Amino acid sequence: EDDDDDFSLSQTQTHSQVQRNLERRSRDEVNRKVSELVQFLLVKDQKKIPIKRVDILKKVIREYKDVYSEIVNQAGRILQQVFGLQLVEIDTKHHIYILTSNLPRVEGENLKRDNQTAKLGLLTIILSFIFMKGNSAKDSAVWEFLRRLRVHPGEKHEVFGDVKKLVTEEFVRQKYLEITPIPLTDPPEFCFQWGPRAAKETSKKDMLNFVAKIQQKEPSFWTSQYNEAEANP
Amino acid sequence: NAAMAAQMSDAHRRFLQVLMSHGIMEGSEARKLHRCCCEIHKVYYAHDKLDDFITTINIRLQPLFMQIRKGMSEGDGRAHYALVNLAETEITKMASDYAENELELFRKTMDLIILSENGFACSTDILNLADQLKTKKMKKKEAEQVLKIFVEDKWLSERNGEYTLHTRCIMEMEQYILSIYQDTARKCNICHSLAIQSQVCETCGIAMHLPCVAKYFKAQTEPRCPHCNDFWPHEIP
Repeated sequence: EDDDDDFSLSQTQTHSQVQRNLERRSRDEVNRKVSELVQFLLVKDQKKIPIKRVDILKKVIREYKDVYSEIVNQAGRILQQVFGLQLVEIDTKHHIYILTSNLPRVEGENLKRDNQTAKLGLLTIILSFIFMKGNSAKDSAVWEFLRRLRVHPGEKHEVFGDVKKLVTEEFVRQKYLEITPIPLTDPPEFCFQWGPRAAKETSKKDMLNFVAKIQQKEPSFWTSQYNEAEANP
Repeated sequence: NAAMAAQMSDAHRRFLQVLMSHGIMEGSEARKLHRCCCEIHKVYYAHDKLDDFITTINIRLQPLFMQIRKGMSEGDGRAHYALVNLAETEITKMASDYAENELELFRKTMDLIILSENGFACSTDILNLADQLKTKKMKKKEAEQVLKIFVEDKWLSERNGEYTLHTRCIMEMEQYILSIYQDTARKCNICHSLAIQSQVCETCGIAMHLPCVAKYFKAQTEPRCPHCNDFWPHEIP
């Protein structure tokens, strides 16, 4: 993945190496890089685009690569203290990050989203369906379920537009969903699962409560899901 | 100073997160959010202390060259709050979000809007720019989609097939616009802010925002230009 040699960290920087390198830079220069990184991360996060380390190095850090870890640490601290956001690595192999909120989730009220609210609703329904099916569901089952809610992959939806694109491309790119082909199926079938961002931004307990509320039953009605949710808060 | 003493709290952080995700918020929305955040995190709340609350946040944002700014919508004159980027003179916030040719389309659209009389550019004129782009040509269909995204992201506002700059864009880019379009961009004679949509005095050339005109000439039977005293030729909104 790190195809551009200049923009990869070829060796892990030791703390003392970084401190030595820092001495060669002015505090102002480093602070400016930290601010740039904070802004870069915030902009990417607003669009829910996962952030690659390669891009951080190429577009922001650049010639300050030798003090990379210091810049990232300071940016992380600022994000926490000022914005209540946390930089989380969701892919340790390819070094991909997202920002998640440190603030306690507010029951019921969805203050965060603006025009994203409808999309979030659709996503929540899909995530809960997957969870209730035992954490993975076949694509045919997901589309059948949505069809019953009058959301058809083939038709242009009044609110969501191209639903198929939204679900199979946008939600996947944003790491909310993971869609993998099921081997040896013809015509090809796919398996829908929660993506790493879904795992970080919500919980099985929240999903079960959501379903329980809609169906007007107690969460414990679904024994295995209930046990699973209790075991994985 | 009470604002200086106030500590950054989760109430402030939640306010900032929500404001950021909206991009821009109308005054009453912001006041409601202020109350909600203080209630959720059990922080001292007074309904008329929103500006102090925001100052506490701005003190922490200053080293990052960011600020929560208050501005006025040119359409209805209502106050709005937005998180703006102070550092760069370029279209920084947009730069990491859009492709080169999309940014070029935006700059050219901004040219049309600022050079226009009424602060609007019609979609036909904008779409005609698409295949003249120097970075990478765009088909009209693609340009239509890009315009739609600019509206969704609150850089442009659309009304009856015409485009103007969104309040959020004006608040974010005021300094940039005033410096790049030094000779053509207008400033309101009343509030001294950048005026994209305006009424202009035909005698002396001063400009005023429509809501500023409405306020200034309220209940006046014979509206006269505040600068040259000539009869104001336009319909008072």
